Amino acid sequence: MIDTHDILETIQMIDNENLDIRTITMGISLLDCIDSDPDRACDKIYDKICRYAGKLVETGEQISKDYGIPIIHKRISVTPIALVAGACPDRDPVRFAHALDRAAKTTGVNFIGGYSALVHKGFGPGDYGLIESIPQALAETEFVCSSVNIGTTKAGINMDAVKKMGQVVVRAAEATKEKNCIGPAKLVVFCNAPEDNPFMAGAFHGVGEPDCVINVGVSGPGVVRAALHKCPDADLSEVANVVKKTAFKITRMGQLVAQEASRRLCVPFGIVDLSLAPTPAVGDSVAHILEEMGLESCGACGTTACLALLNDAVKKGGIMASSHVGGLSGAFIPVSEDAGMIDAAKRGALTITKLEAMTAVCSVGLDMIVIPGDTPASIISAIIADEAAIGMVNSKTTAVRVIPAIGKEVGDMLDFGGLLGSGPVMEVNRWSPEKFISRGGRIPAPMQSLKN
Amino acid sequence: MRAVITVIGKDMVGILAKVSAICAENSVNVLEVTQSVLQDLFAMIMLVDISKSKVSIGELSDQFTELGERENLKIHVMHEDIFNSMHKI
Repeated sequence: MIDTHDILETIQMIDNENLDIRTITMGISLLDCIDSDPDRACDKIYDKICRYAGKLVETGEQISKDYGIPIIHKRISVTPIALVAGACPDRDPVRFAHALDRAAKTTGVNFIGGYSALVHKGFGPGDYGLIESIPQALAETEFVCSSVNIGTTKAGINMDAVKKMGQVVVRAAEATKEKNCIGPAKLVVFCNAPEDNPFMAGAFHGVGEPDCVINVGVSGPGVVRAALHKCPDADLSEVANVVKKTAFKITRMGQLVAQEASRRLCVPFGIVDLSLAPTPAVGDSVAHILEEMGLESCGACGTTACLALLNDAVKKGGIMASSHVGGLSGAFIPVSEDAGMIDAAKRGALTITKLEAMTAVCSVGLDMIVIPGDTPASIISAIIADEAAIGMVNSKTTAVRVIPAIGKEVGDMLDFGGLLGSGPVMEVNRWSPEKFISRGGRIPAPMQSLKN
Repeated sequence: MRAVITVIGKDMVGILAKVSAICAENSVNVLEVTQSVLQDLFAMIMLVDISKSKVSIGELSDQFTELGERENLKIHVMHEDIFNSMHKI
């Protein structure tokens, strides 16, 4: 018989500590849908996605029921659309966003990622047009997510793209100001974007990936916090150990679900993303884990050290539990999606400068941060450049997802509802980086790129 | 294929009977039962064989959820693999 304690522990994790599989994401290659006639390409895209992912939602729900584990999201990532749109560069690429949106509706997924461009070294044929169209595409569709990779450790940072993306973020907010500026919440600007990330809004299906693949993202900040709560006086070696053990259990569940989904859908298993992904729900917060470690509030001095310990222990615990690990893997710190971060930001304990430091040791970057609506595009570009520099030099993924809240000022709240949560408008350093951003060009790849 | 049924709630007459009745109706064989009553809290864990079950594990789970709601109990039906993969290396 299985140990009674183990059974009750698992049930406690699911019932009271929000343990769940955050997402099963099916990656689908659209390289065989490329066509010089954009409408024909759209038809091929829609057909292929519906053919491959037709049973994705149903299968996810079935696995959830059979195993008694909540599986929150079923999603799709596709080949960066700029590669498809490159075959017809003089035609409006927004039609591709509509095709993706229709496919998402038909298959029943709640997000589809891949309205993306990879421009870390320069703009290819479809890239510039796609980036220009992002605000319109995000405003006119419901489920489509977009991402742009503007730098890598190997290539350096494309500062022309950085300049452009600052403007695109502002335009995306303006285009959706009637809908709580939801546009930029679905847009991620990456440095070192992973090709197999299952998490939105930054998911896309890289060109090195197989035709179709299943990637799974796990979650469970609540479980980690509860485990730490049971050892209030442990030293930090023990704290790291507790996190590792918990991460192992969480990831094993992810591995099981990933294998089962792969088997039932007859699609190869790609990776498990070992992530602590918070939600706005009470008891599902990464900030609360940091506070459980002994900080009065997330954002206090010591936050970066706590987060570094957490992020590292999650990976160490998770890596043995899964046969293939990938994606972003680590702790997420999206402000508006984390009840503890929202509170910390509201009480003034958590600032953008502290968040920037935290991104050097967490899995992603400045995520879901609401900034004043009148923030100039050049400042957003400079925020992107700073984050990209951290990612480039440290050979890690960094990203920026900031939301200019049109018509709002510091201290106001912006509410997206649902999983995207709500966030207070945070103060941004207003000293101008205009001249720096307008220089353009490329920041050369750092010494770290020369590993050969 | 084996599953674990856990029942947690306020102790009362006939919980075991009601749970095992659903098992019997669906040809689910009970392999092991452990139960404890702490003050007035009832906790039971059942290991069952569902390979000859007339219904899928999903439907079985629905039937128990319904019973749980009626009797104010928390009943989970989970595949054995979950526990094996989470707690054993």
